[in-house]
Amino acid sequence: MRKYWFGLATLFTLITLITGSGVFAATYDLTIDEMRAGYNRGQRLTMAINGQIPGPTLRFTEGEDVTINVTNKMDTDTSLHWHGILLPFTQDGVPGISFSGIKPGETFTYNFKIKQAGTYWYHSHSGLQEQEGMYGPIIITPAKREPYKYDRDYVVMLSDWSDEKAEAILGHLKKNSDYYNYAQRTAGTFFKDVSENGLAATLKDRAAWGQMRMTPTDISDVSGYTFLINGKSAEQNWTGLFKPGERVRLRLINGSAMSYFDVRIPGLKMTVVQADGNNVQPVLVDELRIAVAETYDVIVQPEEEKPFTIFAESLDRTGYARATLAPKAGMSGEIPALRPRPQLSMADMGMEMGGMDMAGMEHGAAAGADKAGREEKTSMPGMDHGAMAGMEGMDHSAMPGMDMAAMDMPGMQSGIAPKAAKPGGKVLVYGDLKAMRPYAQYRAPDREIEMKLTGNMQRYFWSIDGVKFSDAEPVRLKYGERVRFTFVNQTMMSHPMHLHGMWMQLDTGKKKFNPLKHVVNVPPGQTLSVDVPADAMGEWAFHCHLLLHMATGMMRKVIVEGPVAANVETGHE
Amino acid sequence: MNRYCAAIFLMFCTLTSRVSAMEEHEPNYIFFQAEQFEYRNQEGRDSLKWDAQGWYGGDYNKLWLKTEGEKPAGDKVEKAEIQALLSHMVTDFFDVQAGLRYDPEPNPRRSYAVLGLQGLAPYYFETDAALFLSNKGDLSARFTAEYELLLTQKLILQPAMEINLAAQDVKALGIGAGVTDIELGLRLRYEIRREFAPYVGVNWERKLGQTADLARRDGEDTEIPSLVAGIRLWF
Repeated sequence: MRKYWFGLATLFTLITLITGSGVFAATYDLTIDEMRAGYNRGQRLTMAINGQIPGPTLRFTEGEDVTINVTNKMDTDTSLHWHGILLPFTQDGVPGISFSGIKPGETFTYNFKIKQAGTYWYHSHSGLQEQEGMYGPIIITPAKREPYKYDRDYVVMLSDWSDEKAEAILGHLKKNSDYYNYAQRTAGTFFKDVSENGLAATLKDRAAWGQMRMTPTDISDVSGYTFLINGKSAEQNWTGLFKPGERVRLRLINGSAMSYFDVRIPGLKMTVVQADGNNVQPVLVDELRIAVAETYDVIVQPEEEKPFTIFAESLDRTGYARATLAPKAGMSGEIPALRPRPQLSMADMGMEMGGMDMAGMEHGAAAGADKAGREEKTSMPGMDHGAMAGMEGMDHSAMPGMDMAAMDMPGMQSGIAPKAAKPGGKVLVYGDLKAMRPYAQYRAPDREIEMKLTGNMQRYFWSIDGVKFSDAEPVRLKYGERVRFTFVNQTMMSHPMHLHGMWMQLDTGKKKFNPLKHVVNVPPGQTLSVDVPADAMGEWAFHCHLLLHMATGMMRKVIVEGPVAANVETGHE
Repeated sequence: MNRYCAAIFLMFCTLTSRVSAMEEHEPNYIFFQAEQFEYRNQEGRDSLKWDAQGWYGGDYNKLWLKTEGEKPAGDKVEKAEIQALLSHMVTDFFDVQAGLRYDPEPNPRRSYAVLGLQGLAPYYFETDAALFLSNKGDLSARFTAEYELLLTQKLILQPAMEINLAAQDVKALGIGAGVTDIELGLRLRYEIRREFAPYVGVNWERKLGQTADLARRDGEDTEIPSLVAGIRLWF
């Protein structure tokens, strides 16, 4: 009898292993401990999941009941958050909101049913631990077949490693917010601008920025990062193999603390098939910008038997992550030169900055416009794509991801909007994203909540509506209601805004085909809207996913509470 | 007068406890910066000059300490002042500061109540304006401004100015009513690290008006140009 049961169990296990389906419950064990790691000047003590950076790739199946035991072997509290996963809020892993964290020596068991498919990731949500190395990919196989074919499937997880602890970085910024900016305007750039634009224009430009006490070189808060792909530096060159003609799926995940990337594979077009885990109608691009915590799945089809470089420049151009797609191990493709560091223009500052003298602003705008005009001659204006793609049958009021300011004022152009490296090349913009399937319960939002994204660069803290998380009341939503969040970025930084537990339906004017996202990037000076179906009860985190922006106050608690409203949404068709 | 000082002290202690209580959710930071720590080569007697500030606190409230002074070579400290201020953010770029100042040197020693406004003015001028009311009831004021001109990312030219004013004569301290003195400096530093920068420069002090008259009467210089070399550091 016993033998019989044993045999049956073995058979079942075998079937499970062979088919890879029918796994409707599985257990995963993760251990968090300190570890020594480094990429440049020796190693330092850092934090890792299962002794590796990134942590192991978690492979789930849609419909599966997962049990994840997370053991904390450090002497400080920790947590793991499943980024983009729909689950009960108590399993979301945010200390102070969903639970009280994982104490030293304890094991916390997460339990939830997988209700979605696609590419996601997970990371610590305690303090600044994420940057230390506490992040890893999640791949969820759909219950039904994928709507596209591919022969190979690789995770390409981008991240930023620092030789400094994140706490030290934040300390430096609190005391000197320019600490990491070694690309500031100097006497040299002044004379260069005078020779190019004339003395009057240069003085006006300097006066406009000086008046605001801001600098166009403020592209990123932190420098000194080493950029990694799947935990490998550019020199270590992570390599994915292919046979010519094969379709290769790359799951791009930006697991960085603070870094945006412009990603391209010279010689290959990328077909974007998924954004933030959700299938989108395929978009063929040469290049894409991936904000912190976003994911994009792309399919490439290298036909030639040669290595192709996956090249991911950081937005501030202080470095790049690089990996290779190659027919054989040990090969290395050509590495392009870094493009020049972008500079903010007055268009990026928006036209509604508080406390600004409009006279000074106009002068600056004029100077900025001159400059932008000149650049157009040499490079493809990044706005074109956005504008064109977005124009197709959508109203003027809803064009996220584009240069609203630039569009309103002819001649004014964003300095940091992505531009293709390849002449005439196509860069992905939000206007291109169209959901694969329509959202069944699409309807007009019941109400709108406007959120001004604010901050104080000089003192280095960030906020929403001028209020830091520590001083803020929670945002309260009624279960079943549909709320439009409109983000108005009044700062000079881009902010990747992330909502836990529920989708944000990014308004690209495509109504029921608006893409579902867990992170939306709001560029400086711009406004964009998302509709949130409040379909998950409980307390959720909502924040900017730039680690130091979240930590210094750009965060809110969102509470979804009863009573149940009439129109309860159920999700996809 | 003692009761007056005691009252300020009490207010100070109350506010100090508020600094630590108000921002419990986020960590407080400690900052110290020796803006000037330099040797001054000048006519007559060379001297050592320091000007340092530091704070403890969060984004909105800080406990701020400031000290400056001068010690002639081979002699005891000639001028020294220490300020302990509570600092509260009032605009994005400015803090209001209030507290106490004590000058151990010169004699006769004085204590002051301080009310000031410190921050970054438009066009990136670091400014500090303060009113001082001494324990003898004398009112004075000081205004300082600095600018940083980046020659390269690490080579930085810093013009600085300071003006002192007095509302009345304070003969015991050699101060006459009006603008008492002005100081201009130009320092060129090289940031080996952000936190550590050796510098060289020039400095020019000038006593003015009745203060200058008093100095002349006592046979002191009214004008002190100097060459300076020092280290700017912070942590």
